[in-house]
Amino acid sequence: MARWGMVIDLDRCTACQACVVACQVENNVAPATADQAAAGRAISWLRLVPIQGEKHGTRPDLQLMPLPCMHCSHPPCIKVCPVKATTIDHEGLVAQVYPRCIGCRYCTTACPYTVRHFNWKKPEWPQPMEESLSPDVSVRPRGVVEKCSFCHHRLQKAKDRAHAEGRPLKEGDYLPACAESCPAEAIVFGDLDDSRSAVVRLSQSPRAFKLLEELGTEPKVTYLSKGEWGGQV
Amino acid sequence: MDKSELGQDIRLLRPIERTGRGFWIFTGILLAIGAWGVFAWFNQLRRGLAVTGLNVPVYWGLYITNFVFFIGISHAGTLISAILRLAHAEWRRSITRAAEVITVLVLFFGMACVILDLGRPDRVMNVIMHGNFSSPLLWDVCSVSLYLIASTIYLYLPLIPDIAILRDVLPRRQWLYRPLALGWTGTPRQHHLLERAISIMAIIVIPIAVSVHTVVSWVFAMTVQPMWHSTIFGPYFVVGAIFSGIAAILLAMAIIRKAYHLEDYLKPIHFNNLGLLLLVFSLLWFYFTFAEFLTTYYGGEPMHMAVFLSKTEGKFSPLFWTMFVTCFAIPFPLLANRRTRGTVWGCVVASLSVEVGMWLERFLIVVPSLSNPRLPLTAATYTPSWVEWSLFAAFVSIFMLLYAIFTKLFPIVSIWEIREGRESSVKEVSTRVESYLPGPVESAS
Repeated sequence: MARWGMVIDLDRCTACQACVVACQVENNVAPATADQAAAGRAISWLRLVPIQGEKHGTRPDLQLMPLPCMHCSHPPCIKVCPVKATTIDHEGLVAQVYPRCIGCRYCTTACPYTVRHFNWKKPEWPQPMEESLSPDVSVRPRGVVEKCSFCHHRLQKAKDRAHAEGRPLKEGDYLPACAESCPAEAIVFGDLDDSRSAVVRLSQSPRAFKLLEELGTEPKVTYLSKGEWGGQV
Repeated sequence: MDKSELGQDIRLLRPIERTGRGFWIFTGILLAIGAWGVFAWFNQLRRGLAVTGLNVPVYWGLYITNFVFFIGISHAGTLISAILRLAHAEWRRSITRAAEVITVLVLFFGMACVILDLGRPDRVMNVIMHGNFSSPLLWDVCSVSLYLIASTIYLYLPLIPDIAILRDVLPRRQWLYRPLALGWTGTPRQHHLLERAISIMAIIVIPIAVSVHTVVSWVFAMTVQPMWHSTIFGPYFVVGAIFSGIAAILLAMAIIRKAYHLEDYLKPIHFNNLGLLLLVFSLLWFYFTFAEFLTTYYGGEPMHMAVFLSKTEGKFSPLFWTMFVTCFAIPFPLLANRRTRGTVWGCVVASLSVEVGMWLERFLIVVPSLSNPRLPLTAATYTPSWVEWSLFAAFVSIFMLLYAIFTKLFPIVSIWEIREGRESSVKEVSTRVESYLPGPVESAS
């Protein structure tokens, strides 16, 4: 059984935000209006967060780090949900069940990474965009929580395709939109249980670290950096 | 029973028999605030939680603060009354009912706060249909519902003999008093059964009450968030709850005494004794707060210190130091001094101060931890919106209105317990004291 994980190489990342845009479009995340953004209510499943990094001569010490859902193996969000609206499946994907969520926002407060978002309003798109929504991803109603799904719908499609071609799923068949769109190839995605996969090889790198690992959440997203990032976040 | 048998206690029926102009004005004002709250609520239903001041990462604000605060107030009645009853504190007789009503009514408002806070209140039944017992919120649902049921029974049982008096004496509202009196005639057997039932309920409600605010604290303490993930949160919350609860009883007593001229029943000695209890809890509050903050400060973990500093010297510091002043610096000297504690105004000022302080404490538990998440984000500030403030005001008003209506339907001072005190407990207490003194050994019964 596969266990999906991601490696983000911060030494390759140029902070171009192609992944952010790709994610937004892929998952029907409505763009925030200026008012919403100012009120601190913009939804983004994957965003760049500013991190105080190491100083290298005259280089600015503020660095940006892409932050998707960590898809923890021990997710703090699942335990606290009063209605089982967030679950982890046998392939390690942490999912949100929109039709069941009551919008209590306990998961959003329990998540130490603050990657869960709440739909403060009914999502709205500027006119022509409304017609180009992805048919593979449901549009969330007002009042529920949503988050990065590792583009779970793409896994379904990849499995169907492999099945139709009568072959097993192979590396690269299933990629989330962010990994696919990264021009610097800084985001690598694959099966953490497959010892030959790139994610396993990269996560054994001496540059590898995970966010807030000390909390015991066991994130399935690994970061790579030459700098001392781990201690800075 | 006949009116003449009641003697001087007949004046306890006066609020039920006669309603003055002051009451209607009071009702009008409270209803107006309540109506404004309904308007604010419709606004929220129509436009969603966007009408609040909440944002990322401050996902919880005034509603959750009020939830913790109201459930805290509920520890006034049932718990204090049960402890006083079990301890045979004779001065309890005129205050237990006023206290118990607070619990039963305020619990509804505590639960309503959670529903206000839901993004999808229409799906609230999912909590029952798809309940996840590993969620502390579900522990809350169980604990609070159990407390509500137990408190209602505990309020109702000692009401039965008084309802029977109303049935016999008042010509009005027979449709209400007759069924509720359950055919009470005051036979020794009925008395015996009632006393037993009250004692059993008094014992049952104590652990339930303690569990309620413990579980409320666990909603926060079970997460790994800085300054929430604390082992003393359970007892800390229970102490704070009883602290704010006693203050609420004192305020209710002062208002009842003034409005219904019950100076003979709610005497300075009652205020003095409850004031002493409030004094003890202000010290306990200080002790717990000090222990909590010193542990965080000494450990000095950066994530925890971010929250600590935002409270003690950052943007929440005005609220934090106001909390310290109102929870400790004002009530402590007022209550430690016998001359101010023994007066109604002394206790009222101390209690008002404690209510403000305890509300701030709840706010300072909920908001600063969320404002300083572990992963750095663009700074977010939470300012409650008019909708949140309006609903808070409306909840307080409607609570006071329902309380006032209760005093118009039932005696707010227990008539039969006062009579019982006058008739038998003076003798009982002297035999009890005698049994403590040297002399022949009797088996304790």
